[in-house]
Amino acid sequence: MTVILEARAVCRYFGGLKAVEKVDMQINEGQIFGIIGPNGAGKTTFFNICSGVLKPTSGVILFRGEDITSLAPEVIARKGMARTFQNIKLFKYMTVLENVKIGLHVRTRAGLASAILHSRRYQDDERFADQKGREILERVGLSEFRDTLASNLPYGLQRKVEIARALALDPRILLLDEPVAGMNPMETQHLSGFIRQLQADGYTIAVIEHDMKFVMGTCDQVLVLNFGQKICEGPPARVRADQGVNEAYFGKGQLSGGGAA
Amino acid sequence: MTLAPAAKASWSRGRIRTLGLVLLLLLLLGFPQIYPKSYVMGVMCRILLYAILAGSLNIINGYSGQFNIGHAGFFCVGAYSEALFAMKIGMSFWAALPLGGIMAALIGLVVSLPTFKLRGVYLAIVTLGASELIRLVALNWEGLTGGPMGVKGIPAPVLFGLRISKATRYYYIFLFLAVLFFFVTDRVVKSRVGRAWVAIREDEAAARSLGVETARYKAMNFMYGAFWAGIAGAAFAPYFKFISPDMFNLDEGFNILSMVIIGGQGTLAGPAVGAVIVNFLTEVLRPVAQYRMVLYALLIIGMMWLRPQGLVGVSNSILAERKAWRSRRKAAAPGGAAR
Repeated sequence: MTVILEARAVCRYFGGLKAVEKVDMQINEGQIFGIIGPNGAGKTTFFNICSGVLKPTSGVILFRGEDITSLAPEVIARKGMARTFQNIKLFKYMTVLENVKIGLHVRTRAGLASAILHSRRYQDDERFADQKGREILERVGLSEFRDTLASNLPYGLQRKVEIARALALDPRILLLDEPVAGMNPMETQHLSGFIRQLQADGYTIAVIEHDMKFVMGTCDQVLVLNFGQKICEGPPARVRADQGVNEAYFGKGQLSGGGAA
Repeated sequence: MTLAPAAKASWSRGRIRTLGLVLLLLLLLGFPQIYPKSYVMGVMCRILLYAILAGSLNIINGYSGQFNIGHAGFFCVGAYSEALFAMKIGMSFWAALPLGGIMAALIGLVVSLPTFKLRGVYLAIVTLGASELIRLVALNWEGLTGGPMGVKGIPAPVLFGLRISKATRYYYIFLFLAVLFFFVTDRVVKSRVGRAWVAIREDEAAARSLGVETARYKAMNFMYGAFWAGIAGAAFAPYFKFISPDMFNLDEGFNILSMVIIGGQGTLAGPAVGAVIVNFLTEVLRPVAQYRMVLYALLIIGMMWLRPQGLVGVSNSILAERKAWRSRRKAAAPGGAAR
């Protein structure tokens, strides 16, 4: 199996706070890779480093064998990494379809001149964006909200729009930051199925999540962070049985319905 | 260019809009024949000029959400460029006009550089400084610009051997430019570029994570807005025949900004409506000119308080509310799955 995303001894300090400390990670192509850990463990910081939003204090990020540590987020996105955000970052006053069209930005070319002249390229691009956008919305089941302003959708659907928007990039890897936060159990189960469907379609997915049932039932490989450090990594069954993880996490009785501890 | 077969269903609204625009254009074309008083023509010229200025500022403030309050600077660059090209090397108006726009766009590129790091009020202060800087250069570079005395006797444009000097004739130049501006800008904001601008306004971090090169698009945005301000300036110089640095001071920048705010940011029609209202008020309030600024200030405060989205924003927002209400009901309907 080929490694698609790799972190080598990544550290990120905020003053004296060691938010991420010497974390190594390897995500294989086609995996669903879960990152868990208690609040403040540095999961989102780690994600931000992977996607270029933050620069690491030290360490290296490799994406498909290429060092992307110092690249800007938009450059990394163009290389095939798409992400969603923990605190939903939709374009609120754009419709759902328009949101997805921004995701198609990198797959279209038309500039100012083509737009003014309505050139062939502009028409091809617009047709492509419209068709592809509708196709993606169909796929995630948001077709009926195509022309709704993103901010008018309920929370769970907004998360889905974010995923649809990220999928529009046709990424090699999809980073999801707490995708089921604010979803009810039925929606969570549905999204779990959807993510596995994406895996079957050939996507690689990394996901941060608090919902243990979701993580244990969806992921192939799980990495556990606590106070910025990696304390365990392995398949869900092994992580569940790990003493250190139980002490840091499950031992506090936060596992909902998982039956561990 | 019907992209979707569904376009047929909404033909009525589209047609009504087109019909309305055609009627408005016919009315504007025929206006000098109906009412050829030179005073009225002068007011109409100003309205059209400011429609372009406010419209171009709105591209920056309303669409990409950058806070520019120094638009008078770009206006100034365009006006001086045209005047100096025409006076110093005898260039014709038709060549100097686009050059004025291009010069302003280049200055716009320079002013856009801080946008890569700054937002909101911090950026506003930079644009304000840039605007003053441009004015001070015009004021102090006496060898080129004539300093505080300004540039006098800017030649009138000649079209097919016809000197365009009276307001009645000049009106058509402004009308042509305003129509061109709105036509072109309508296409731009509905394109991939326009969507990228709005995405930057809505959430820059998200736009970057989706691969939008925000720095490039912000630079493009400033250049586009500055270009049209430059065009407006280049058309204004020979119309007024005289320009001086104090015509492009900060008050002018705020004047343009007030039209954008009153009309409605982020809508194409808003700034045009703002230009009509502010210029109309200016004329009506001429007898009490010393209180005019007070009234503007009150108007802006009132707008910010009651309708921060501006006048055109109002009708849009009512529509948006209805649409939102309908879609919320729709969202709640399917099996109650969505909460």
